[in-house]
Amino acid sequence: MAVEHSAAATSADQTRIHDIGYRAYDGPRLGRSYATRALYSQSLRGAYGLGRSAKSKVLPMLLFVVMCVPAAIMVAVAVATKAHDLPVAYTRYAIIMQSVICLYVASQAPQSVSRDLRFKTVPLYFSRPIETADYVRAKFAALASALFVLTAAPLLVLYVGALLAKLDFADQTEGCAQGLLSVALLSLLFAGIGLVIASVTPRRGFGIAAVIAVLIISYGAVSTLQAIADSQDNPGAIPWIGLFSPVTLIDGVQSAFLGAEPSHPGGHGPDTAQGIVYLAVVLGLIAAAYGLLLRRYKKVGL
Amino acid sequence: MVCVTIVDDVTVIATESLSKRFPRVTALDRLSVDIGPGVTGLVGANGAGKSTLIKILLGLSPASEGRAEVLGLDVAARGTAIRERVGYMPEHDCLPPDVSATEFVVHMARMSGLPPTAARERTADTLRHVGLYEERYRPIGGYSTGMKQRVKLAQALVHDPQLVFLDEPTNGLDPVGRDEMLGLIRRIHRDFGISVLVTSHLLGELERTCDHVVVIDGGKLLRSSSTTDFTQTTTTLAIEVTDSDEHPDGTLAVREALGALGVGVQDGSGLPGAGHTLLLTASGEETYDLVRDTVAGLGLGLVRMEQRRHHISEVFTSSDEPRKEATGHGG
Repeated sequence: MAVEHSAAATSADQTRIHDIGYRAYDGPRLGRSYATRALYSQSLRGAYGLGRSAKSKVLPMLLFVVMCVPAAIMVAVAVATKAHDLPVAYTRYAIIMQSVICLYVASQAPQSVSRDLRFKTVPLYFSRPIETADYVRAKFAALASALFVLTAAPLLVLYVGALLAKLDFADQTEGCAQGLLSVALLSLLFAGIGLVIASVTPRRGFGIAAVIAVLIISYGAVSTLQAIADSQDNPGAIPWIGLFSPVTLIDGVQSAFLGAEPSHPGGHGPDTAQGIVYLAVVLGLIAAAYGLLLRRYKKVGL
Repeated sequence: MVCVTIVDDVTVIATESLSKRFPRVTALDRLSVDIGPGVTGLVGANGAGKSTLIKILLGLSPASEGRAEVLGLDVAARGTAIRERVGYMPEHDCLPPDVSATEFVVHMARMSGLPPTAARERTADTLRHVGLYEERYRPIGGYSTGMKQRVKLAQALVHDPQLVFLDEPTNGLDPVGRDEMLGLIRRIHRDFGISVLVTSHLLGELERTCDHVVVIDGGKLLRSSSTTDFTQTTTTLAIEVTDSDEHPDGTLAVREALGALGVGVQDGSGLPGAGHTLLLTASGEETYDLVRDTVAGLGLGLVRMEQRRHHISEVFTSSDEPRKEATGHGG
């Protein structure tokens, strides 16, 4: 630096290029936790196409807008009609918009991990200070955060709108908090499932299809079975069937603990004991996803 | 400012009866070797254990037995500390096509622990040093193989390591690209003060670049010596000349003229351009002059005169070991 300074001072009126040769780096090396955080923020930004090509911004941004517009319309209606409550409860919103959330997971989970596998960039990470667990944690946290942004933003729109419409403050705050808790759980669960599926395949298209199959088709299958159980007067089976799809799992947990209306046919929500099973399954799945990712990357190595 | 902190007699890499056994293969078999600063070539056929050794030295794969130290740090206990000071360039493709070289190398610099500003400065410097200029802002997908190799090298150097592992850096390059890459490897040590461990299955290209060559085969140390030892025993020149009206078969004329001067000449059958290529053993600098003068004296044009690239198998035959069957293609 000193060289450049003196050169600039002595020849302010001349432009010169100095070949300063190779400069060694003796600044700080911030190590593992810094690198993990940098990977987290890069992956989180990447989940919305930031720092990537214009083309890759289109889908995540579009889905984000699609998530928020219905909330804005509901708010507008509530304000205009001076309604006493929002047309949709906070906890219902994510369930109604589930296909948008699933599409987002299906498009961004492969983007986050399949690329590194497909282009064999993973060895470059592991030849640096960060370890397998750091990589997995950063990627998991990044996708879960991205999903939380996607699902929490419309709830905040609803909340702000509800306050503008002068709805009951305590009521709305409680509802919104329950909604946020529910989508936080949903974000972790969906991120885990999406990443495990995506990390198995280096092919992005295949990853997208597999995530959609697991998230959306399982929901279709489960609701069909539940409808059959309902029509055959077997309501006791409905909550148990709900354990087999991610969407109904979250729905079950929030109807048992977060005051949500169950979306199960006939309004058969799980009771508290079943709710505990639901919660245990959700937490177990999140932990299993983390464990599977760790195992997967132990094998990838160099 | 450029300070080579490593004193000459310090060992950069040391292994002590290092073994790595997989259920069905022994990749490394009681390998003991000391490697000093400078450019060291690690030569072996495919499957000789080169990549396994690098993995162990990076602290990513535990050894089955024995121990190893890199920069004085034990690989089993201090893997993270080693990886902070060491760079690694893999053999295979490892670059995402949809980002630019600058973005990619900045990201990799941060993964090595460099703060954001330093990461950007070092990236600009390093890409310039490896010879990437305007194209560094374009997506990597459009790069030639040579440019991609430079990006791979840049990501290994961006955090200014004390030592870099380069795994087959000349793979897939044309002869010009190879020479440029080898020149760059020389500079890494000479100008940047970074020690280099470079692997290859071609001894010929390493003997011109390295100070020291380690040859392994089947996970065992075959030979470890300075490159001058190798060159003395293995210099073969390949020459190719034009024909003229006076000498319709220039190759034959040169062969006879050199034969008369007592230089042993074989025809290069089996080589590309057979029939036009002559091989001769160079006894020293004077052989080059002799060839030049002879060809000029006959009024012919000298198309090509180069040191032949030796295949690794020639080391094995010249080291008088009856292991020819193992050298040709080691799985």
